[in-house]
Amino acid sequence: MSILVDDDTRVVVQGITGGEGKFHTGQMEEYGTNVVAGAVPGKGGQEVDGIPVYDTVDEAVREEDADASVIFVPPAFAADAVFEALDTDLDLAVAITEGIPTQDMAKVNKRLSEVDTRLIGPNCPGIITPGEAKLGILPGNIFTDGNVGLVSRSGTLTYQVVDNLTARGIGQTTAIGIGGDPIIGTDFVDALALFEEDDETEAVVMCGEIGGEDEEEAAAFIDEQMDTPVAGFIAGRTAPPGKRMGHAGAIVSGSGTGTAESKISALNDAGVPVGDTPEEVADNIESFL
Amino acid sequence: MKLHEYQAKDIFADAGIPIPESQLATSVDDAVSAAESIGYPVAIKAQVHVGGRGKAGGIKLASDADEAREYADDILGMDLKGYTVEQVLVEAGVDFTNELYVGVTMDRGEGKPVAMVSTQGGVNIEEVAEENPDAIAREHIDPAFGLHPYQARRAVYDAGVDQSVARGVSSILTTLYDLYEERDASDIEINPVMITSDGDVVAADAVMNIDDDALFRQPDLAEMEEETYEDDLEKKAGEYGFDYVRLDGNVGIIGNGAGLVMTTLDLVDYYGGKPANFLDIGGGAKAERVTNALDMVFSDENVDAVVFNIFGGITRGDEVAKGINEALESFDEIPKKVVVRLAGTNAEEGMEILNTDLVEVEETLEDAVQRAVENAQEASQ
Repeated sequence: MSILVDDDTRVVVQGITGGEGKFHTGQMEEYGTNVVAGAVPGKGGQEVDGIPVYDTVDEAVREEDADASVIFVPPAFAADAVFEALDTDLDLAVAITEGIPTQDMAKVNKRLSEVDTRLIGPNCPGIITPGEAKLGILPGNIFTDGNVGLVSRSGTLTYQVVDNLTARGIGQTTAIGIGGDPIIGTDFVDALALFEEDDETEAVVMCGEIGGEDEEEAAAFIDEQMDTPVAGFIAGRTAPPGKRMGHAGAIVSGSGTGTAESKISALNDAGVPVGDTPEEVADNIESFL
Repeated sequence: MKLHEYQAKDIFADAGIPIPESQLATSVDDAVSAAESIGYPVAIKAQVHVGGRGKAGGIKLASDADEAREYADDILGMDLKGYTVEQVLVEAGVDFTNELYVGVTMDRGEGKPVAMVSTQGGVNIEEVAEENPDAIAREHIDPAFGLHPYQARRAVYDAGVDQSVARGVSSILTTLYDLYEERDASDIEINPVMITSDGDVVAADAVMNIDDDALFRQPDLAEMEEETYEDDLEKKAGEYGFDYVRLDGNVGIIGNGAGLVMTTLDLVDYYGGKPANFLDIGGGAKAERVTNALDMVFSDENVDAVVFNIFGGITRGDEVAKGINEALESFDEIPKKVVVRLAGTNAEEGMEILNTDLVEVEETLEDAVQRAVENAQEASQ
């Protein structure tokens, strides 16, 4: 089982004619994802590897019955692409693009509150239900289907933890990379709530990092509303205050919140064991199953 | 991207925010003649991208030419938190009765901008925020509508700003938000806004940081960038376009993706080593970028051993291996031991290409980090 995507998901790729869009559409199809259309302004009527391209997302939805979108559109145009996705009847939009201006995302965030479409990302690796479908850039071969859900702010850290799980035969229901930007669509609490409702998900891994207060909010949610056990990991314990560690979000203000310490203690207080290493996270998950 | 105070003040002045008369100077003589033409007292202010300049001795008030010369000489060339001061702003001293704080930034928790006003200006506002959060009035802004004038007024009244200057302060706040939006700022602040003995309001400082991701639509601001670096290594990282942070340990760390690189740092610490740096080669790196990354880390004389940790998604293992080979084959003798861990996309192809005469290979993250820590300990003995 899975959350949000499966082999019935009908995907439109926004930006399918670009380098990244084209390459990863191939990878997604190879994995088994049902890519039904592309959407690129001015490229309507073309085909990419047999997939019909439309000028608008609206047309792709009308003609091909798409219900989810993956966005590989350059940063300068990406917010507009997200707005376009949100302005249709799509269930899900996944924005892979890195480097969307934060104020653009504040406007997207406002729009999100007015529509039913769910957004994952931006600046994220996407979402995968092993053996069924992947929407994004995650390397499919490391995943295996099973009963552990995974939600993470960091793409490569997701791969690392999945690798530790898969190596000992623990499969995944769905893995979601929510992205490390300051303003994102689906957050930890949203994803945890979906895993809590999913009958197949017996345990959840949550990978956070320094900066922001999303992990602290997630800890409160786990404490109050989750029966499914959660194992945590927090990256950035050794990061010096005030320095930006790559992700826009991964900066510690030095004022006590947003530090690895405050996140780990909030999670521990909610009964979530936080591993010192990815291997320990897998140990903790194993003990739940 | 950070703007200097003088650059931000030019932008503020153009938008109609009152600022004191000022001139930029790069030599002591220029500073003194600027002070003479402005008239005493003048503030002499270091133009460097660090906070807390005043406390660190980077701002001094001169009441005559002798003091102006003395202070300009003190400040120009001084080391301020690792940065050398190369220019000073000479500014008319303001005879003030009160100092306020006004600013606009992004509240990431709420996902919307927030405007802030406080009567506790002229001090470290982060400390005020922590110790007495009620002393700062806040208004969240719907980015679709912008800051309504009534919101600016409400913030000013809530903060307890004196009625006689309320109009002037709310006008500054509204202008600040307009600039924040138009210029894609990530933060914009005036601390302090001074209320003069004549009852006027004046921006005595100016902070304006621009969202790097939005510089493509702010070309004139991008041109104003005067990047300063703590050292040559950070400068090199800037030229190569890496996310790089120098730390005080001796294990050099290269990886892909911020979360995984931070995790590698944490593991080095966990296994008893000390990270020398954070270096993220980013997504989809080609061979040349990998070579540059090794060049960066080898250039750091504190580094005794290196761990290269790649989990390919969008990044391809064969490209990484090619880059490692190219970098290492250029040496007669490789300066520091390198441990490589390659996983994910095209990792097998990468392992076939990788010249294992030049590097040690470990299969897991944990093993790779432990090996690098051991190498560093041996090399430093």
